Amino acid sequence: MNEPLAARQARAGLLLALPSVVLILVFFFGPVLYGLWLSLTDFDLYAIADPSSARFVGLGNYAHALSDADFWNSLRITIVYAFVGAPLSVAVSLAAALLVDAKATRWKPLFRAVYFAPVVTTLVAVAIVWRYLYQPQYGLVNALLAKFNVPRVDWLGDPHWALPAILVLAVWKNFGYNLLIFVAGLQNVPRELHEAAELDGASGWQRLWNVTLPQLAPVFLFVSVTTVINYFQLFAEPYVMTQGGPLKSTNSLVLLMYEQGFRWWRMGYAAALAFLLFAVILVATVVQMRMQPRERRT
Amino acid sequence: MRQRLTGLLPTALLIAGAALTVAPLLWMLSASLMPSGEANTSPPPLLPSRITFEHYVELFSHLNLARAFANSLLVSVLGTLCVLTTSSMAGYAFAKLRFPGREGLFRLLLTAMLVPAQVGMLPLFLMLKAMGLVNSYAGVLVPWLASVFGIFLVRQYAQAIPDDLLNSARLEGAGEGRIYRSIVLPNLAPVLATLAVFVFMSSWNDFLWPLVVLSDERHHTLPVALASLVGEHVQDTELMMAGAVVTVLPVLLVFIVLQRWYIRGVMAGSVKG
Repeated sequence: MNEPLAARQARAGLLLALPSVVLILVFFFGPVLYGLWLSLTDFDLYAIADPSSARFVGLGNYAHALSDADFWNSLRITIVYAFVGAPLSVAVSLAAALLVDAKATRWKPLFRAVYFAPVVTTLVAVAIVWRYLYQPQYGLVNALLAKFNVPRVDWLGDPHWALPAILVLAVWKNFGYNLLIFVAGLQNVPRELHEAAELDGASGWQRLWNVTLPQLAPVFLFVSVTTVINYFQLFAEPYVMTQGGPLKSTNSLVLLMYEQGFRWWRMGYAAALAFLLFAVILVATVVQMRMQPRERRT
Repeated sequence: MRQRLTGLLPTALLIAGAALTVAPLLWMLSASLMPSGEANTSPPPLLPSRITFEHYVELFSHLNLARAFANSLLVSVLGTLCVLTTSSMAGYAFAKLRFPGREGLFRLLLTAMLVPAQVGMLPLFLMLKAMGLVNSYAGVLVPWLASVFGIFLVRQYAQAIPDDLLNSARLEGAGEGRIYRSIVLPNLAPVLATLAVFVFMSSWNDFLWPLVVLSDERHHTLPVALASLVGEHVQDTELMMAGAVVTVLPVLLVFIVLQRWYIRGVMAGSVKG
């Protein structure tokens, strides 16, 4: 009856953790392992009706991907999304954060909230809004540019412009998130460092370069890694705005995976694409961590 | 004089940036109130010549968007409740209760954050198909039953609950279940509020999973309904803008009212990166 306290605690701990652990094992780790197996089979439309018809094909799906022009095309596009879009987004966030943090700036909470608003909006909805903004004849983007005598561009219909147009939407949608994280990081930069630099006669730019940015390095690493990961997973923007076109010029890896899996029901191949995406993200993350200079100590 | 001007410069730049940032949202609202066809004139008008709510009426009367709205609300509310329940339990257990395998299990859960969600998506679909859960509310809810992020967030917060508080309750003979309900939960209220806003918004805005798992229109959530609507009504700019407003407005309102909690969550998620 008088069970020792430690045992009672252990039992309560297990019971409380159990629902989450079981759910995550069953609905996340389970599918991931199942997906690994799927990627080694030719699971297709017929296998959906009769799963036993799927055959083991070893690394066949991966080999197929590596010889598939569509895969390389999507990989290239996804890398552009990740390594042009993400740095652009981080740069905009950082610039805006420095402005919001500037001593003379007024209405700071208001700006933070306004810049954050696109982050909370529904991606599908705002992608549709931007689709109309980019409309060549009646869209506001062309109407605005016409005031500066820029000729009309068919943003989403032109294979050269569709990808940059999607990137602009993506940056607009999410720069406010990193802005908030940068502002928090800037507030943690010790005041004394700035004051000391000022006494030494450092100009505003010098202080930014030699004091603020080095202090921000850990935040910067976190922000770049998470942002690059997010841009690797771009899906709804091209799905809603261009369906991957024109001429597959915006077809991200996740969109390719979705189409292979859920339009053509090539589940085995699509599962392999998912793991290739995972591998690419992992490599990109490790590379970014390595590139980060070791923390300098003075 | 020059000093004064450079002092105003950051604010001026921020105002320009803010105008560009809200412009698409303001135009969405404005175009949704224009009479049919007005947005498709050249040059495009910024404001409606007369304000009409006909597109909102059409969305809710003919196009059945009310149903999608109700579906979204149902899924988001249930998902939020599920994540709050499971995460508050597990987060507290991982922070404060010693049980065998605790550290190992927690580390295993954290590795889930490394794996992109898309990796589990196709096989999860096949699993749910075998279980007969495709095309059901239960199917859409599956990703919102438990959350590694939620456990992580609650655990960090729960570590600050003083052990003395829990131990004195134990000495007075309170059971572990009672301690969780009447001491731990009230103490976790702030972090649970943050988590609730987070989960509600993410589930409301989620697109890929509902798109995959719901083929039947009657179960569609708002983003899925909107994406299929734009296929049929691509010419009806004003109607589509009204649909976008209906989809975006609830989350924007939640954000404006509960900003403080949401922003706290963004920060908490980045602390230990």
